[in-house]
Amino acid sequence: MANKIFPDTVSAMAGLDDEGILYDGMMCMVGGFGLCGIPEQLIIALRDTGVKNLTCVSNNAGVDDWGLGLLLQTKQIKKMISSYVGENDEFARQYLNNELEVEFNPQGTLAERVRAGGAGIPAFYTATGVGTIVADGKETRTFRVPNGGGEKEFVMETGLFGDLALVKAAKADEYGNLVYNMTARNFNPDMATAAKFVIAEVDEIVPAGSLHPDEIHTPGNYIDRVVMTKSEKRIEQRTVSVS
Amino acid sequence: MRSMTEGCLPLLPSRQDHSLTVAARWLSYNPPMPLSREDITKRAAQELQDGYIVNLGIGMPTLVANHIPEGMDVWLQSENGLLGIGPFPTEENIDADLINAGKQTITARTGAASFASSQSFAMIRGGHIDMCILGAMQISQEGDIANWMIPGKMIKGMGGAMDLVAGVKKVVVTMEHCNRKGEPKILKECTLPLTGKACIDMIITDLCVLEMDHQAKRYKLIELAPGVTVEEVIEKTEAELIISDEPSVVTV
Repeated sequence: MANKIFPDTVSAMAGLDDEGILYDGMMCMVGGFGLCGIPEQLIIALRDTGVKNLTCVSNNAGVDDWGLGLLLQTKQIKKMISSYVGENDEFARQYLNNELEVEFNPQGTLAERVRAGGAGIPAFYTATGVGTIVADGKETRTFRVPNGGGEKEFVMETGLFGDLALVKAAKADEYGNLVYNMTARNFNPDMATAAKFVIAEVDEIVPAGSLHPDEIHTPGNYIDRVVMTKSEKRIEQRTVSVS
Repeated sequence: MRSMTEGCLPLLPSRQDHSLTVAARWLSYNPPMPLSREDITKRAAQELQDGYIVNLGIGMPTLVANHIPEGMDVWLQSENGLLGIGPFPTEENIDADLINAGKQTITARTGAASFASSQSFAMIRGGHIDMCILGAMQISQEGDIANWMIPGKMIKGMGGAMDLVAGVKKVVVTMEHCNRKGEPKILKECTLPLTGKACIDMIITDLCVLEMDHQAKRYKLIELAPGVTVEEVIEKTEAELIISDEPSVVTV
């Protein structure tokens, strides 16, 4: 089996242009919720490849100087598919100047589109967004509600599958098995299934056999490369108890 | 539908309506005192029941967590992937990997479970959450909600709001009754782009509590803030309301 462990983020990102993974106009899935559980060092490495016209599938767009905000600064992103982008002034500027295309998806629809894409499901129906602009131009259909309550209208949404996925996990072993930490899990396990090539940034690489099969969140077959980094793990809202 | 509603339900109280005289009597010894933001969240907390799984929106709804009745076991769900939010951490046990949907650092309570976003929204859409509380810009008389977008202004996105209103069993809105210009927010039809159709079960404002009558497809005025009259609520509400029984006074 090919070695999946790479010594640094630059080598973890190397050679992907030859494989048709990294190219101008590619679609990249990026895990994380806010700045929590983002593959922060891989985002920097992606920026440094100089790839342009990216479509990024990511719940948020980072902040001005961190996360995907770094790729907005360098204008490497053409389009974002996101559910919420509130914390980024440069994003707002590019968006209002029509320099950046944005497709807003309801958060659950976004998560399910990624899950479906990774699971080989081309489309699915959801009640989310029915009667709103999210459903404009999409097929709708009436179904019996699976858990009772009669018939209801649903809207068809499609699966998403990227060229590259960058995910963040707490632990990996040499097989690429991943374990996430608390709410840093978020979109990462689904995105790890929904791209041609998947790179995981992790806090720790543990010896083979030290992860119990039952505790593995993402089976190693989904993961092509693993790199251990020292993450900054920035906090957006540091909130503490008043004691 | 509208004619049916108008035909069989008294939508507007007459001058002699009992509820008005009661409210007027109230007013004589209680000066008008609409509910404060904290009072609104306290009233919202009265909707909680033991064992409920609840999702609280960002802002005022988050404060409802401070008023969970003593001895009641309520589980707070955070759509970024946690069931069982605990108190804010101390400076020593802050974990950057543990935040709520408002991106605030939190802790996990005993028995908490963490999971992926897809699982979290499967829980929300699949009807496994008992109640959610969120804010709104506009509500229509049939229970539509608009709370994510003002055309021409910077759009931040809907986040998880569309999934929550589409999937949670009971959806409660806490908000100011009128906007900053003093205009009604509870309208015949929303003018802003919708977050969801016919999905809001209860509205708690600084003036009153409204509960959806799902048969009549109109809100029923069930409680008034201390000193607030039925007339004032009608004046500040564009939507048709059902005012049949005498509304009680909100106690918080």
